Amino acid sequence: AVVSTQSGHYGRGSMANVPIKPGTKYGGKTTVTLIPGDGVGPEIAESVTTIFRHMSVPIQFETISLNKDNLKDEGAFDAAITSLQRNGVGLKGVLNRSGDFRTHNLELRGNLDMYANVVRCKSIQGVGTRHEGIDLIAIRENTEGEYSGLEHESVSGVVESLKVITEEKSLRIAKFAFDYALEHNRNKVTCIHKANIMKLSDGLFKRCCEEVSKLYPSITFDSQIIDNTCQQLVINPQQFDVMVMPNLYGNLVSNLAAGLVGGAGLVPSKSYGEDIAVFEPGARHTWMEMKGMYVANPIAMVLSSAFMLKHLALHDYGDRIISAIEKVLVKGECRTRDIGGNSTTREMTRAILDEIDVA
Amino acid sequence: SSGINAEWPLRPGKDIFSVANVPIDWEERDIYPILHPDGKTTIPEDAVASIDKNKIGLKGPMRTAIGKGHVSMNLTIRRTFGLYANVRPAKSVPGVTTPYSDSGVNCVIVRENTEGEYSGIEHTVVPGVVQSVKLITREASQNVAEYAFKYAVDNGRQNVVALHKANVMKMSDGMFLECCREVAKKYPNIGYREMYLDSACLKIVNDPNQFDVMVMPNLYGDIFSDLTAGLIGGLGLAPSGNMGKDGIAIFEAVHGTADDLTDRNAGNPTALLMSALMMLRHMELGSYADKIEKATLETIQEGKIVTGDIGGTATNPEYTAEICRKIREGS
Repeated sequence: AVVSTQSGHYGRGSMANVPIKPGTKYGGKTTVTLIPGDGVGPEIAESVTTIFRHMSVPIQFETISLNKDNLKDEGAFDAAITSLQRNGVGLKGVLNRSGDFRTHNLELRGNLDMYANVVRCKSIQGVGTRHEGIDLIAIRENTEGEYSGLEHESVSGVVESLKVITEEKSLRIAKFAFDYALEHNRNKVTCIHKANIMKLSDGLFKRCCEEVSKLYPSITFDSQIIDNTCQQLVINPQQFDVMVMPNLYGNLVSNLAAGLVGGAGLVPSKSYGEDIAVFEPGARHTWMEMKGMYVANPIAMVLSSAFMLKHLALHDYGDRIISAIEKVLVKGECRTRDIGGNSTTREMTRAILDEIDVA
Repeated sequence: SSGINAEWPLRPGKDIFSVANVPIDWEERDIYPILHPDGKTTIPEDAVASIDKNKIGLKGPMRTAIGKGHVSMNLTIRRTFGLYANVRPAKSVPGVTTPYSDSGVNCVIVRENTEGEYSGIEHTVVPGVVQSVKLITREASQNVAEYAFKYAVDNGRQNVVALHKANVMKMSDGMFLECCREVAKKYPNIGYREMYLDSACLKIVNDPNQFDVMVMPNLYGDIFSDLTAGLIGGLGLAPSGNMGKDGIAIFEAVHGTADDLTDRNAGNPTALLMSALMMLRHMELGSYADKIEKATLETIQEGKIVTGDIGGTATNPEYTAEICRKIREGS
């Protein structure tokens, strides 16, 4: 059955085609994995826990620390994987990207086969940007492509890096994208690629999208070359609806589009595996130099948590949080640095709570 | 100097140059693919000889068909002349208003142009599994880094930022960054930093001013320079230059052949004209470039006789004639 509630700016939050596991529940509370991460991650995670506590949201967080201090600690990493597998739902802050080891982000995604990353970029009332009327959904294949991690130095000074595209995963993400479009009443799916140059790999991806598109005659399908897409995004971003693409292009497009609607501080995202869903800010930047200063915008993280609640069918809590954030942004009195003000993370959290209270 | 493939945007360049009395003779050569029995593609001998002799070239746009089985013509040309650094400036054009005109854009992308993701090496491992090889070499990375810093010095720029995804591609992009760092040490007066490519995408649409000279591997350069062209008004206004071995430099517009334009006279020749101006400055004929640029920018700013893609109704020849008129009146 399709869960159907409208909630202002963001519409329905749950993805009916991803089976919602009953999840771990103890004493009426659902257990969810929380990975605050590094940099400003813990600060924006604190906003979520503060709000949830205030609203008495029936969620129990199982908090796992993953940061640059325990990068090499396999125990910490395994704990994160086990927890996510058990709970089936996670909320993630931002994880550190530098260092010698394959980053935590990549390992988590690979281990849990979190193949679909969904970032909806919609122009937000109250946040002035150069473009208006944007409402695109970037769907990114998140397990293969350029992120295979297969590199070697064949002779000294010559490095080969392999990009892997498979029919299986391309078909899978294409089907996900069309299902998502159908579920959310979207009209068009655009495949983003560079098959003119990478004829075999991107060619395969594009063909898979074309094949799948035939199963969805009610949805328009077209394709576009990634360089043109980036240009079009800064000239006429309103033309885009749902976009489906391989890993790297997805990374660039979701960051670009997030920038167009107001930045990393405002845009949430959802990542899906076969029976797992993880919610996290759409543009994954740790902002290490600001760590401990509480200047980060918690909205992307709090919105992610609201979508997580809707995924767990806790629509009332989720909708109230989303609605409160919309009001804070429209009012414009409380603004963190990234959106032109100088409010702190905690002041923004307070402003959101105030709106929740008066609603 | 050589002109290649006299397609629709080149005619205006030649007309304008002659009105401005630019001291250049044109040697025209056609470029087309010659497919050899061993599968290699080359370009005509006389074209190669002309460029080897003259060193400087201006090229019209060429098309690459998708899936036709042959190597792209542009790639063939790059390989033939060892064109290793593709330079794409993006500067806001007065009179062409974009959402970014208020901040003003003035950045330059120096893109490695011989290797990276464009190695052309792809194979099917088993049915349904394809591998595409990205090649990064120390030599090519050093060459492009050197050019980026040299460009910065020669053109009075302050900073070079290297864009990369070394978090994901540690060895390849990692080596690219190492080379940039080594070169940076030789230029202590030029600021150097590194930025994740996705962060750059996020930041440039908010604050394009923080970007000066950028250096990066092939694919990123391709994508990002189309992005920056979009910020200033599109490919119809974007010039580029390609630096090769032995002092060879070939200038061309970024855009393709615009096959979708049914009326050849509707095309905007400004990008190729700007590329020709880049060429003049490279040849230290800057005063001629300034004169032509002034006439061109004035025409665009007045907005009365401009082509359709920037909001006007003039044809290509009409636009060119107006620029020529201004040059004659100015001199």
